[in-house]
Amino acid sequence: MSRVPDDLRYSKEHEWVRLNGDTATIGITHFASEQLGDVVFVELPEKSASVRQFASLGVVESVKAASDIYSPISGEVVERNVKVIEKPELVNTSPYEQGWMVKVKLADKGELSKLMSAQDYRAHIGETAGAGGD
Amino acid sequence: MSVRTQTIPDVGAKTPVPALEPLLFELARPGRSGRHVVSHDAADIPAAFQRKAPLRLPELTEPQVVRHYTHLAQLNYSVDTGMYPLGSCTMKYNPKVNDRVASLFADLHPRQSYRTTQGVLALAYEIEQMLAKITGMDFVSLQPQAGAQSEFTALLVFKAYHAKRGEAATRRRIIVPDSAHGTNPASAAMCGYQVTTVKSDARGNVDLDALRSALGPDVAGFMLTNPNTLGLFEERVRDVCDAVHAAGALVYGDGANMNALLGVARPGDLGFDCVHINVHKTFSTPHGAGGPGAGPLCVKAHLRPFLPKPWIVREADGSYHYDTAREDREPAGLGDSIGTIKQRLGNFGVLVRAYTYMKTLGEEGMVETGRDAILAANYLLALLRPAYDLAYDRPPMHEFVISAAKQKKQGASALDVSKALLDEGFHSPTVYFPLIVPEAMMIEPTETEPRETLDAFAAAMLRIAERVKTDPAAVRDAPRFTPLRRLDEVTAARKPVLRYAVPGVAGAE
Repeated sequence: MSRVPDDLRYSKEHEWVRLNGDTATIGITHFASEQLGDVVFVELPEKSASVRQFASLGVVESVKAASDIYSPISGEVVERNVKVIEKPELVNTSPYEQGWMVKVKLADKGELSKLMSAQDYRAHIGETAGAGGD
Repeated sequence: MSVRTQTIPDVGAKTPVPALEPLLFELARPGRSGRHVVSHDAADIPAAFQRKAPLRLPELTEPQVVRHYTHLAQLNYSVDTGMYPLGSCTMKYNPKVNDRVASLFADLHPRQSYRTTQGVLALAYEIEQMLAKITGMDFVSLQPQAGAQSEFTALLVFKAYHAKRGEAATRRRIIVPDSAHGTNPASAAMCGYQVTTVKSDARGNVDLDALRSALGPDVAGFMLTNPNTLGLFEERVRDVCDAVHAAGALVYGDGANMNALLGVARPGDLGFDCVHINVHKTFSTPHGAGGPGAGPLCVKAHLRPFLPKPWIVREADGSYHYDTAREDREPAGLGDSIGTIKQRLGNFGVLVRAYTYMKTLGEEGMVETGRDAILAANYLLALLRPAYDLAYDRPPMHEFVISAAKQKKQGASALDVSKALLDEGFHSPTVYFPLIVPEAMMIEPTETEPRETLDAFAAAMLRIAERVKTDPAAVRDAPRFTPLRRLDEVTAARKPVLRYAVPGVAGAE
């Protein structure tokens, strides 16, 4: 079973958000990292870049496929995880801790209501995990 | 084949495994040579440009080099040695007569004048006519060298078309289905477009409602592969094209799967504005490992002004010339053309092979090709269904996508099954594509495999499925009988070694 921590918010495209004041840490979920397989490359925006909710934030590439990472919220990038660029395997080994992608200063807290709770996300991956695509 | 025995620990028996071939550098010894090299006087070359250290080239005799490459060829698995069911790649047999005819043109120079190449131009012109007829389009550019380059060319054509209508600035988005080849969004991004993905519906078609809501005055075009990458015919392709046209956008046909349509349906009749053909797939020229290919772009008349130049023009007297390179009169300008993508005739050798194939088959043979490819896929799927899940329960066209999700739960993934196939003597299918099917295995037998080969492949797949149930660890451990076993793809991607390092020479070239 994929791990889905209760204290995070989730997007349909399998990103998570951890809120700390008006700064949000963003990463991809354990489920996403399992679906991708071994991650070999991560591309992230530069510091002070602005990102839009549900628009492309970067790219994560595994031995199976290259996929866009979509920003779960809008805002300005205040920090990016250099370690995950150097060691992409952190996405697999520690998706919710060392494998985070960027920290973003929130533009609009209201956007968080468009994201899912842990419970809703569990139901979401229950659906998408089956055969036949989504 | 050169064979050595190797003890395989977990089998515990002596099993013949082909020996790996050392590199030329490893075989080399100083002083060996195959040719007498004439030493040139370097006096004419300024001292600054003369080499200070000797070139570190491997030194070998001619037979050593011949044997080296022959051994490598023996290690190769190709469609000449066995079935190659690599889905989406159409690895059909390449008739040898194609190569023989293509060799007639080996001395052709790409910049040769039309005056000395009338026969060549006549041939190129005829190829254009044939491809236009097969696809139901009006005009053809032979320039693009591959499918992906043809996608890129077509999107430049779309951009020029919209610019001509004063809409270049507003139409900035390209829509692709979630089952699209990865090259589609990549080509769009290279042309500076934003990419929007639309979902597939429960039957594996483009979700028409999702497409309609994604369309708008900012959309330049929609890219569609038909049959799509699930091997399924888009059941509402006319409605899809009508919806895109109603929004003022254009429909691009990715012709990667044209083999299924040969003589059965034409993209031009289905509503597409243009389509490319991977002639190296559909019309049987050897491909794989990056080339060579050719991807002619076939368009309706409204897109012709934007096609790459020069164009091959046929005069009333039956002579041919390039419209922008006339030596005897004022050459035509570029007009609205996007310019040149590849010199004049594209990858002409590949196109001649395709021409030979088309002429050999004739129109009747072409119809049989499409139908036999579809029959082979449906026959093979029927044999595999008892053991593997089918992603979308519909009769496929020329290829189909099964899921090894059931096997994954039993302890062996699609990758493990594909590796086990190598031990059974078959090339692996395409795995983990399309992305919308978990544990995808995409199988394309092509029309050139006899029934006995399809039966043997199915038997191997069923044996593996049985082994997954009883001993998944053995399947995870495959392949055992290849010169190299599981390759470390992760380290290869994270820390690639791209060149040979001469021992003892730091940073050697």
